[in-house]
Amino acid sequence: MAFTEPKEAFPGSIYDVTFGTERTVTFGGEHGLAFHGFEGAAPHLPVIAFEVQDSLPDDWPEAVHDVYAGVSGDPAVWARFCQDELKAQAIALRLLSTHPDREDRPAADAAKTVADVLDAVSVPIIILGSNHVEKDAEVLVAAAEAAKGRKCIIGKAQEKNYRTITAAAMANDHLLIALSELDINLCKQLNILITQMGYARERIIIDPMCSALGYGLDYTWSVMERIRLAALAQNDAVMQQPMLADVGMYAWKTKEAQAPEAELPRWGSLKQRGIAWEAITAGSMLLTGAELLIMRHPEAVASLQQFIGELSAADER
Amino acid sequence: MLIIGEKLSIIAKRVREAILHRDRSPIQEIAVSQWRAGAGMIDANIGPADEGGEALMEWMVTTIQEAVPLPVCLDTTNAGAVEAGLKVHDNTWGRPMINSTSNDPERFPMLELAARYNALIIGLTVGRGGLPADAEERCALAAEIMGRAMECGVPLEDLYLDPLVLQIATSQDHARHVLNAVKMFQELNEPAMKTVVGLSNISNGCPKQIRPVLNRHYFTLLMHEGLAAAIADPHEVAETVKTLDVLQGRIVYAHSYLEM
Repeated sequence: MAFTEPKEAFPGSIYDVTFGTERTVTFGGEHGLAFHGFEGAAPHLPVIAFEVQDSLPDDWPEAVHDVYAGVSGDPAVWARFCQDELKAQAIALRLLSTHPDREDRPAADAAKTVADVLDAVSVPIIILGSNHVEKDAEVLVAAAEAAKGRKCIIGKAQEKNYRTITAAAMANDHLLIALSELDINLCKQLNILITQMGYARERIIIDPMCSALGYGLDYTWSVMERIRLAALAQNDAVMQQPMLADVGMYAWKTKEAQAPEAELPRWGSLKQRGIAWEAITAGSMLLTGAELLIMRHPEAVASLQQFIGELSAADER
Repeated sequence: MLIIGEKLSIIAKRVREAILHRDRSPIQEIAVSQWRAGAGMIDANIGPADEGGEALMEWMVTTIQEAVPLPVCLDTTNAGAVEAGLKVHDNTWGRPMINSTSNDPERFPMLELAARYNALIIGLTVGRGGLPADAEERCALAAEIMGRAMECGVPLEDLYLDPLVLQIATSQDHARHVLNAVKMFQELNEPAMKTVVGLSNISNGCPKQIRPVLNRHYFTLLMHEGLAAAIADPHEVAETVKTLDVLQGRIVYAHSYLEM
């Protein structure tokens, strides 16, 4: 008797999301688990966005800081470098300088930065606040208006500020990142609250909160896996959005990406360690279902692209 | 859980009058209201309908499906009326259901209709010999109906076994017998047989204010035993369905789960 491969078919599927105008990128749309194309169609590959900040990346380790030496003083130049030299599919602009503990720059400055970056590049843009609940509610409203007509992804909307940010995304025709902190029930609740405002559920991207290898990656992994299974197996319409993994900021904060070789000679090359840490963290997020990644080091991105290529080629057997 | 909205029954005065005058709007209003409350199918109970049953069922099915994107459960003892309903049923929204066959030879033609029109069918576990005494007798009747379904070419997945809910006020022991039967029916085949009940029969004849209480609590127990479908008032059971979906792990909890 011939062997029949056991295959699982799911009743649910993931919404696909397209962002950008001049150049567009689409992700999501799967009918099965990540890289299980042999079980359910996976029409789009995951997308990697390069992270750009509106303030000097002084706290980034040298290995990744150096890549952007000469461009990181101006977010528009930096974004253009990512697009033209690093062939970025998308840019994630983090408006970090607006954070009250950083430079506390006003929302109007952020809006100007957004306009400059949008003028400088044609790839689609993700616009992120500084992850300060109150300030983001001001900054992202101004940023969303400045980016009107460019169909960006803005975020992150959280339980305490989702109303303003959702309204701004809705009024200016942007997509929206909904952030919940490693809590599947809150993730679902936030999606419900956002859709109850009249915002289309197909325009949300879930951020279940990322974490780095060795620093809670297993929690993120498990929450993302459960969200994805709720979407596919339980056909839960408010959980069927694609997921974001904001990898770079977590991976480059780890001891492994920062501890000098002189202190820990047995850990080997610091530069390689940091790149490997970001690549492995990102690769894990892909396997549990993330479709949109935000990353920093071009070598980590290159190895991820190769990984995606090999896994999706295996899908087509 | 498939909720088959019970409100379009000729027993209800408003429905009876609408039928009498062929007035579509009350029928459609009731259908829409049940659909919004979570019904996955609408029961069209036209009674025995000995005279003019064919035309009436046709009118009911088209009137309902004009208003809601749902399949219809054709509820009458008149096989000709069932066939007339099947002929006009729009399967875009799901397959129709026949309510019902049983172990009474008069109801055998319903199975042939189910086979011919690829319809779902309810198998009521009663026969000529009166009401079943307990869960075991219900199982014996179920086995007879299953055998006949297979002979007629109706797949067992399309058969919903109905253990016949009786009134708590007059037949208290049967509340337990029916719960047992729902559990035992599922074991009669692999994959498990589907089960259905006419829920509000449990509180028939009880004071109006306690009927929803009895219905909802009984429904909870039935769902726990693995009930697949219920002919019920969706307004009355919607919260129970959603809550049990959460408690039994079929759906992820969120504070607003009742609003979904």
